[in-house]
Amino acid sequence: MKNQLEMDIKVPNQTRYLGLIGKIGEDIAYTLKNYNNDRDELAYHINLVLTEAMANTIKHANSNDPCKDVHITINVSDENLCIKVYDQGQGFDISTTGTALPEPTDDHGRGIFLINTLMDSVTYKNCGNGNVLEMKKRLN
Amino acid sequence: MIVSIEEHGAVVTLSLQEERLDAHNSNELKSQLLNLFEEGKNKIIIDLADVRFIDSSGLGALVSGFKNASSRDGSLKLCSLQTQVKSMFELTRLHRVFEIFPNPEEALASF
Repeated sequence: MKNQLEMDIKVPNQTRYLGLIGKIGEDIAYTLKNYNNDRDELAYHINLVLTEAMANTIKHANSNDPCKDVHITINVSDENLCIKVYDQGQGFDISTTGTALPEPTDDHGRGIFLINTLMDSVTYKNCGNGNVLEMKKRLN
Repeated sequence: MIVSIEEHGAVVTLSLQEERLDAHNSNELKSQLLNLFEEGKNKIIIDLADVRFIDSSGLGALVSGFKNASSRDGSLKLCSLQTQVKSMFELTRLHRVFEIFPNPEEALASF
């Protein structure tokens, strides 16, 4: 395996684990060998997309059921970051949840906008007993 | 959620003593703010000095408080944003919605 990080994580479907998963994302940014841009910014962005994707899964796809799991895989090479978040529910339509920024005074709807803004490609599709949200970002 | 509350006349300052304001604790902030509004307090400063991470739920809780304060002829202002937190307000254009001050003293003086 050449400079390749592969992580496979399962946590209960509960928001109390958001900080833990976000921290793992931040730490990944600081372990990259050949990243020449702002590392603090990258760390925040990975933390944020993991937090947004997981919170969305907990609330919407997994219907806040604390007995379900959220399954996350993170693959990092020198060139690319790929995060997959698996849910066990009905899913949601990423095209209708909006890639546009909501009205300034809306309370909701910024999560998917942030993921789309900070990542280079985002897909959401059916997969076995649930769905997978795949988010990719070039690192150089 | 750990919050310290200080009152200066009609102005209430909430200092969030949390590293993260996210989907796990943003509803608690909403509740704290609603309690203040129900007590008739509608001039609010939220001091974010300790918050180094905010997500869309955290932003949503602040927007909700902003709307509630405005509808009661009050206002909700922010201060002491860390660099990355401030950049989230810029990315979502919320820096055009909120009055944001570098420190609590300047926020207080603006009322």
